[in-house]
Formats: sequence, structure tokens, C-alpha cells
Amino acid sequence: MASGAAVTTTAGAREAGEGLGRLALRRFLADRVAVWSAAVVLAGLLLVLSSLAGLTATGWGDEVAVGHAPPHFLRETPERGAPEGRDADPAVRQSTGPAIGPASGPASGPASGPTGAARGPTPSDVVDPLEVEMRLIGALADPRGREAPTSTAVVDPIAQELAAAEKSVRPHRIIPPEERAQSLPFGADKWGRDVLEKTVKGAETSILVGLAAALLATLIGSALGAVSGWFGGWVDDLSNWVYNVFNAIPGILLILAIAAVLDTKGTLSVVVILGLTGWTGVYRLVRGEYLKHREREYVRAASAIGASHLRRILVHVLPNVSHVILVQFSLLTVASIKAEVILSFLGFGVPVDGVSWGTMLTEAQNDLLVGIWWQLAAATLAMGLFVTALSLFTDALRDALDPRLTH
Amino acid sequence: MTAYAVRRLWQMIPTMAGVILLVFFLFNWVGGDPAYVLAGLFSSQEQIASIRRELGLDEALHVQLLIFLRQVLSFDFGNSWTTSEPVSRIFATRLPASLTVVGPLLIIETIVGVVFAVALAWVRGTWVDRSVMVLFTMGMSVSILVFIILGQYLLAYRLGWFPVQGWGESFGTNALVYAPLPILLGLIVSIAPNTRLFRSFVIDEIDQDYVRTARAKGLSEARVLFVHVLRNALIPVITFVVSNLPGLLLGAFLLERFFGIPGIGREIILAVERSDFPVIKAATVYVALATMIFNLIGDLLYRVADPRIQLR
Repeated sequence: MASGAAVTTTAGAREAGEGLGRLALRRFLADRVAVWSAAVVLAGLLLVLSSLAGLTATGWGDEVAVGHAPPHFLRETPERGAPEGRDADPAVRQSTGPAIGPASGPASGPASGPTGAARGPTPSDVVDPLEVEMRLIGALADPRGREAPTSTAVVDPIAQELAAAEKSVRPHRIIPPEERAQSLPFGADKWGRDVLEKTVKGAETSILVGLAAALLATLIGSALGAVSGWFGGWVDDLSNWVYNVFNAIPGILLILAIAAVLDTKGTLSVVVILGLTGWTGVYRLVRGEYLKHREREYVRAASAIGASHLRRILVHVLPNVSHVILVQFSLLTVASIKAEVILSFLGFGVPVDGVSWGTMLTEAQNDLLVGIWWQLAAATLAMGLFVTALSLFTDALRDALDPRLTH
Repeated sequence: MTAYAVRRLWQMIPTMAGVILLVFFLFNWVGGDPAYVLAGLFSSQEQIASIRRELGLDEALHVQLLIFLRQVLSFDFGNSWTTSEPVSRIFATRLPASLTVVGPLLIIETIVGVVFAVALAWVRGTWVDRSVMVLFTMGMSVSILVFIILGQYLLAYRLGWFPVQGWGESFGTNALVYAPLPILLGLIVSIAPNTRLFRSFVIDEIDQDYVRTARAKGLSEARVLFVHVLRNALIPVITFVVSNLPGLLLGAFLLERFFGIPGIGREIILAVERSDFPVIKAATVYVALATMIFNLIGDLLYRVADPRIQLR
């Protein structure tokens, strides 16, 4: 008898849930802005996936062009700026140098300098700047017969760090200077890297960090909120206390304080920082929902047939509050992407060998002083497009999932 | 109301204790041994031992917590680890610069936000309202950094209307020469989020009975909005601004950094860069305290402005 009632209850609940989902989907699809923004968000996520799988932007770190190479649409004469720069006479290239930018890259280096000293130093020419000093030290040879230091025996104090850094750096393709392009579809940065590829790679970092941080914050907030609202009592008091503590410290200060104590600066620490500071809003809403739902009849019925606490929290109530969590996750992703950009800009985020929209803006600030604007434009456009679409998508999602809401 | 205020003050004590515990935990445990941070990469065992003794790190954990508690209560966090300047003096000397920028910015951005919000509520539902809201969403999607970088480049570096950066000695020069561009950029960045929030406050009021009554009397829509609705919508606006005051003071850290303004926000960024723990610890504890107090003031103001509100 009891089991029969349970079957009908869950079956009914599932049917109602599907109906609600279909209704929400229909409402969502009826909104043209929502569909367009969802398409843009989806395209962005696909780009991230393809970049993650190594299909696009694999060569973002390669020096494929001369430093600050302009975008194709800014080339002065198409023949001269053809991507096959090797056809160009070095003298011509030299003359185009200043037009490219005051800080022209290594391509127009000493090899074609006006003195004609095209020959670089060969190993036999290498001069040890400490040669004399080393010989003097050698002359002071220890009377006990210990070996005197030679120039090769000098211990390099940062050798270990250098070796570790070398190992951590991805092997880059070395492109000879004469093969570097004079212009690229959207220009190059100071080191001749393709701005378009950097933007795609930066999108991967920024969006993934945003998603991961939002996921962490949502998980913490939902778990704590569910337990707090469900059990009440001292569990609730304790969680509320933690919530009040985190809420008392302004978000940016908490982020900076955690950034200060975390020794390892990197992508993962950004996720941890933003996840640990962003959960409070989710907690407040999810706790309220669980408080409301635990007295509902369907939950009491589940309790009457002996469903455990865990089962009621996860199987019975969670689907009914999931729309709140979904919207909060989406909002948090927007906030995390923006926060990551600022953290990386300040140097507390993505390390120098990585790229994100934030590190691109850092470089763009210096580029702008010498009139190089394309990196700033690329990062701004990419971020503006994706975050706008995600914000509009979130708004539409909220409207579709909660028709009672008016704003 | 006094009883309410006293009870709220009492309730601050556990929260404040939590903030102190959190900061202690973060800086003494998560951050590793502060002595190593302070001594640097190349340091001898003796140096580290002496630093540990000086900071009281060789004591038991509860003694260390007591030392920290004494620091909090006596407003004495010792000296900065990098400049050896007393932490209290750092904050006292950096506050005026921050206030010179944030004070005018706060007043102007609130007024502009309210005017925009009421104007948008006037045309609510029309294409103007919708396109402005989409424009604001787009504006909010572009990083604050872009607005500051472009504003500084165009208005100061290229056009020369403002100094690129800097800060002077006298209040007059600072307020009239160096502060205007940061204030202008802060205003541009804040218009979109403020207007969106304030507009929702105005929309909340529009369905009230008194609005219908005012319209039934034959008042113009402008008078209804700018006199009747505005007065009521201002209550949550003021509460919002007052409650967020401490956070807003810090929020100008990017402006302070870009324009070389020696304010509190820039000081905290510098402290994070240099692992200057005393400065960050002091900032976190006192800003949290200030936030709680201003939250209470905001709630009390709400009650003064709207006697219907029952404070529990």
C-alpha cells in the first residue's frame, strides 16, 4: 500500500517536472534575444572546447610575425606586407620598420643594421667578462691543494630555478626571422604572436576559470545552504555565522587577502580564491528555498514512507530548487570572468607564460602608448561579446524558469 | 529602536570574532610561516629564529591568537614589513586621498544614477527603455580596465585635458587637477550597475496605491515620478549607498592604481604584492568592522525614513 503510494507520487512529480521544463523551454525559445544570446554562448563554449582539445590556437605562443605587426586591413601596400616576408629585401624591411611601430620587434634587429655588421658573435669570439678575476682567484690557490675555482666551476645561483622554468615552458616552434609575417589578420603583439590566436587561448583560460570558480562557489553555497535550511537548529546557526563572517568582509578585500596568503600564483589559485569568496549569495537563496520546501506536503509524504534525509534533500527537493541554483551559477560565471580579468591584470592571476583576457589587457595598456590598439580591441570585443551574451542568457533563463518573477 | 540598535551591536560580537579567527587562520596557517615570508628567499636559520621570536610565532597557537586579539583591540598592528611605517599611520595618511576621489564620486554617481533610473522608469517598456538596458548590459560586460585604459589614453594622454596621473600636496590641486578624470571614469563605470539597481527600486514603487491616487488626482506623470515616487524610491537608494560605503572606499583601488593616487586601495594592492601581512590584516579586520557598523546605520536610516518598517 505504502509502496504503491510512493510510486504514484514520484511518477506524478516527474511528470510535473518535465512539464515545467518543457514550459520553461517554450518560454525561452519564444524570446528572440534569449535564443541569440544562447547561440553566442554556445559558440564561445565550443571554441573553448576546441582550443582545449588542441584544435585551435595551438600556436598562440609562436613568434609568427614581426613585433607589433599590423592587422591585414591596415597594411600600407599589399605586396610589401605579404605574409611571405622572406621575399622582401632586408633593406626594404628595415625601411618599413618605423612605420610598424616605435618598438619594432627582433626581426629588424642588428642583423640588418646600418653598420653592416651582419655577422653575430661566434663561440670563439665569446669573451668571459670575469676572465681576469678568475685567473687571479686561481692564483690564490689554496695551500692545502684544494682545486681552485675555474670559470666553469662558478656556481650559477639561479641555475636550478632557470632549469625548472625552462622545463615548465612549453616547447615553442622557432621561426627564423626572415619567415615572420609582416602583417596578420588581426595583428601581432609585441613579441610577434598572433593576436587572434591569443584571444582564442585567452578566452579558453578566462571562460574556464570563470566556469570552474562559479562551479566551486555554487557547490559550496548549495551544499551549505541545503544542509542549513533543511536541518535548522545549531547547524543553521553555525552556517549563518560563517555566512555573516564572509559577508562582513567586502568581496574585493577578501579576494586580495586570500591572494596575498596563497603562495602559488596561477590559474588554479584564481579558481580557489573566487570559489571561496563567491558562495554567499547562493547560500542565502538555497537556504531560503530549503526552509520553504521542507514543510511542503510532497516532502512530508516522502518522509512518511521512510526516505532518508539525504534522499529527500537530493532526490526530492533539489530538482525543485535547481532553477535557483542554475541562475545563480550563470550569474557567478559572469562575475568570475570579470574578476579573473582584474586579478590577472594586477598580477595575482594567470602566470606570465599563460594568456587570458586579463593578461592581454595588461600588455595592451603599454601597447596603446605607442599607438598599437589591436590587442586591446580584440580582448575587449571578445570579452564584451561573450559576457553580454551570457548576461542576457541569464536574464532570459531566470524569466523562463520563474514566470512569477517580474522586474 | 534603541533596543534594536543595542541588540544589533551585540550580534556583531560573534561575527567580529569570526572575522578575527578567519584572518588569523588565513595569515598564520594557510599562508605558511610568516617568518619565511618576512625573511625572504636567502636567509639564515638564526634570522628566521629571531623573526619568529619577535613576532611571537614560537608561542603556542592560543597565545598567538591572544597577541593578535590585543593588536585588534589596541588598534596597533605594529609596523609595515616593507616600509617599517606604523600601520595605523599608513591608513591615516592614505585616507584623505581616497576620500578626495571617492567622496565626490559617490555623491555624483548617486544623483546621476537616480536621475537615469527615474527617467528610464518614465519610459519603461518602450524601445528606449529596452535599448538603454541592453546598452548598459553591454557596458557592464566590458571590463572596467578597458574604460580606465581608454579614458586615460584618450582624455589625458592624447587630448591633454587632464594630467595623465599624479597627486599633489594641497587639497585644492588634488581636487581640481588630479581627481576630476578618475572621478569621471568612475562615474562612467558606475552608471550602468547603479541605474539598473535604482530602476528596480523605482519600478517597485510604481505599482503602489499612492501612485494610482496621485494619477487619479490628475497629476502629470513627471510630477508623479519625480515627486511622489522619487521620495519613496530614495529610501532604499540611501540605505544601499550607506551600507556599501566601506566597500566603495576600497572599490576605487583600480582608479588609484592607474592614476598614481596614494589612497587606501592602492596601498592594499601594494601590500598584497609585497606580502606585507600587517597592512592586509589590519585592513581586513577594520573594514569588516566598518562594514557592519555602516550596515546597521543603513538599516536605522531606513527606519527613520520609513516608519512603517518594523525592525526585528
